[in-house]
Amino acid sequence: MPGSIRKVLAAAAALTLATGVASAQTPKRGGTLNFSVVAEPPNYDCHGSTTFALIHPIAPHYSLLVKFDGKDYPKVVPDLAQSWNVSSDGMTYTFKLRSGVKFHDGSPLTSEDIKASYDRIISPPQGVVSIRKAYYSDLSVSAPDPTTVVFKLKNPMAGVLEALASPFNCIYSAAKLKQNPRYPETEIMGSGPFTLVEHVRGTSWQGKRFEGYYDKGKPYLDGYKAFFVKSNGVVPGIIGGQFDAEFRGRNPSERTQLLDKMKENLTAFEGTWVNNLMIVFNTTRKPFDDIRVRQALSMAVDRWGGSEALSKISILKYVGGVMRPGYAMSLPEAELVKLPGFSKDIAKSREEAKKLLEQAGHKDLKFKLLNRNVAEPYTPGAVYSIDQWRRIGVTAEHEQLETKLYQDRVASGDFDVAIEFQADFMDDPTAQFSKFLTKKSSPSGYSGHTDIKIDEMYDKQRRTIDVAERTKIVREMERYALTQAYNVPLLWWQRIIVNHKKIKGWYMTPSHYLWQDLSTVWLDQ
Amino acid sequence: MLWYVIRRLLLVIPTLLGVAIAVFFLIRVMPGDVVVVKLRADGAAVSEETIQAERKRLGLDKPLYQQFIDYMGGLPRLDLGKSLWTGEPVIKEIALRMPVSLQIAIMAGVIAVLIAIPLGTISALYRDTWIDHTVRVIAVSGLAIPSFWLGMLIILALLTLFNWLPKIGYVPIWQDPLTNLAVTIWPAASVGYRYAAVATRMMRSSLLEVMREDYIRTARAKGVWTRLIMRRHALRNAMLPVVTVIGLEFAFLIGGLVVTEQVFNINGIGKLFVDATARGDFNLIQGLVLLIATIFVLVNLVVDLLYGWLDPRIRLR
Repeated sequence: MPGSIRKVLAAAAALTLATGVASAQTPKRGGTLNFSVVAEPPNYDCHGSTTFALIHPIAPHYSLLVKFDGKDYPKVVPDLAQSWNVSSDGMTYTFKLRSGVKFHDGSPLTSEDIKASYDRIISPPQGVVSIRKAYYSDLSVSAPDPTTVVFKLKNPMAGVLEALASPFNCIYSAAKLKQNPRYPETEIMGSGPFTLVEHVRGTSWQGKRFEGYYDKGKPYLDGYKAFFVKSNGVVPGIIGGQFDAEFRGRNPSERTQLLDKMKENLTAFEGTWVNNLMIVFNTTRKPFDDIRVRQALSMAVDRWGGSEALSKISILKYVGGVMRPGYAMSLPEAELVKLPGFSKDIAKSREEAKKLLEQAGHKDLKFKLLNRNVAEPYTPGAVYSIDQWRRIGVTAEHEQLETKLYQDRVASGDFDVAIEFQADFMDDPTAQFSKFLTKKSSPSGYSGHTDIKIDEMYDKQRRTIDVAERTKIVREMERYALTQAYNVPLLWWQRIIVNHKKIKGWYMTPSHYLWQDLSTVWLDQ
Repeated sequence: MLWYVIRRLLLVIPTLLGVAIAVFFLIRVMPGDVVVVKLRADGAAVSEETIQAERKRLGLDKPLYQQFIDYMGGLPRLDLGKSLWTGEPVIKEIALRMPVSLQIAIMAGVIAVLIAIPLGTISALYRDTWIDHTVRVIAVSGLAIPSFWLGMLIILALLTLFNWLPKIGYVPIWQDPLTNLAVTIWPAASVGYRYAAVATRMMRSSLLEVMREDYIRTARAKGVWTRLIMRRHALRNAMLPVVTVIGLEFAFLIGGLVVTEQVFNINGIGKLFVDATARGDFNLIQGLVLLIATIFVLVNLVVDLLYGWLDPRIRLR
């Protein structure tokens, strides 16, 4: 058994053991959880945000209609909804709400609040930013009685429950939204397990237990405090006792550093992450409009060897296609290795790559590789790719820019080849394929290709409710996308979390956006 | 004297006006869009329509001359606009960070003065002896070691020796002096060392120059005690360039502790400046540049007034 697989299995076993132990113990009440967040949200509005910097400090203040189960991802479990049923044609979702749910100001939460919140997401009033408006455009919401919410679909849509379980779909007060639709930007008023105590901009965020939380006996914590620090402040902060956790992810050397120093007090969780680093070819520029050149560049990269080497020094680890390796709809490894760039026989692959470049008339290809100047994992990913390309006679000049400048260049199509990333709160193909589409269908279709076949397959999978049928389409789409190679995944990330052992009831999912409402977290002290 | 101060204060207005106009246009040449950074922070596929709507909400769709008029119109009312990132008034964002940066700068200044004046004086007095050599090594080390690196060493030492770091967050000194000092003393020490090194070198060379003056030689020839010569004649004259250095370094420390603040997780002006620049938050950058320009102008004024106090001939002129 290869070492890497053994390590993954060992980590999974450790994870299972850790979660098993946590669930076997009786939760204790009390204490304050201190954790760090390596960024700070610009405002407090979940609907207008895409960042974990909002989720980690703010999710504990809000309830959702349904949520992902931290213990059993990607299962969707009730939050405000007590139960639901789906019509036989899959076009109507009816949710029955819990009774007695209160907002932090004591007002009752009813179906009107759910409707107002989703209306705000689907058709935001003037001045309100709703990032995922298009994602929910097929839904309409009604509230026939105070405890019933009905979502009707204008068109068939796959993954409705998963979409409704988005951690960004915070439920706001309808009455307050009526007074000021932008109140969530500056004020916290939800029905989640914790109320806001204080936000000191640039420093910290503090919440305390909401005694009126619907789930009696929870939350267990008296409160929590999130500290906004730069990424390099996390390890010293944990060792120095400033905080006990960081929920986004650390790299392997930080894990080793922490465990070397405080092995007795820390627990490490490891697994796959719904994020990958990808190489984007600008197909509006020559020679990247030529499939032979794109395929050759993808085939030159030894992903399997890279996984072995890079996973020791960075969060880049798993070889996968467009969907996360291990996800139910992803291409099985046996099929993946047949696609250009994913073969395990790198010598043969590189020979073919050289031939393709020669056929295309670009034997000594030279280009600039655009990247952001963020060390982890962008720099190792780019440096590795450049070295791999050198082996087939291709010279790439690494151009690292500040994120702001990088985004400007990528969005305007001013690059040859770029290192980009894919991240979303869940694995659903509708979310994961957004960067592989044409620019007409997706604002982040940075490769600039005009191949509407991918768009058509994307729409088809989006409208296919039958899971088996959808999986077939998704896999076909993945094969097609990786063969066309407009953009190709380099490696998927590993999520490494090192927390204080006293933290219980927190479960690591492949997404750093999920299971962060802290309602089940308790401190064994 | 009062007229002099009033005249100097009035001169601040055109200076700041010039800075405000220059910074308004210069930062708009910078590439990058705060809205794109904000909405696509985690790589989300945000539509161009959403981006344009947010741009409109922030007033970034207005013609440049309109934005300029709005900005200049707010200045007399001390309205520097709102941060394009947080939506909070720029004044509020700065006011939140100012106390900690000011305190660290003052503490570093005090450390520098307490170290530099005696060390520089001793070094000059015992020129070319082992004492002078030791002081010079200490001073050159201070110049050679970047403050943030010293800060990292301090953090490493605290972690290695005590497994301890001070709490994150600023508490005013009158509320909790111990916690306040536990947070501020380390960054103040790490920048204070460099600050002291610059001032020590200046003190030494300035004093050596003064000691060669005719009036010092005359005083010595008349048999005046060395200590008296130093106190009455040499030190006051030698202090002039030292005061300039201390003043300029102080102004620099308010906005210049960029990396040191990050090393110690200090939520100060330097960190705010870096974040604002990285995000392309024009309004906040403008406010911060104006703040730093104001501090430089005021510190220069204070330095000039101190000149007058140290050397009455300057006051008369």
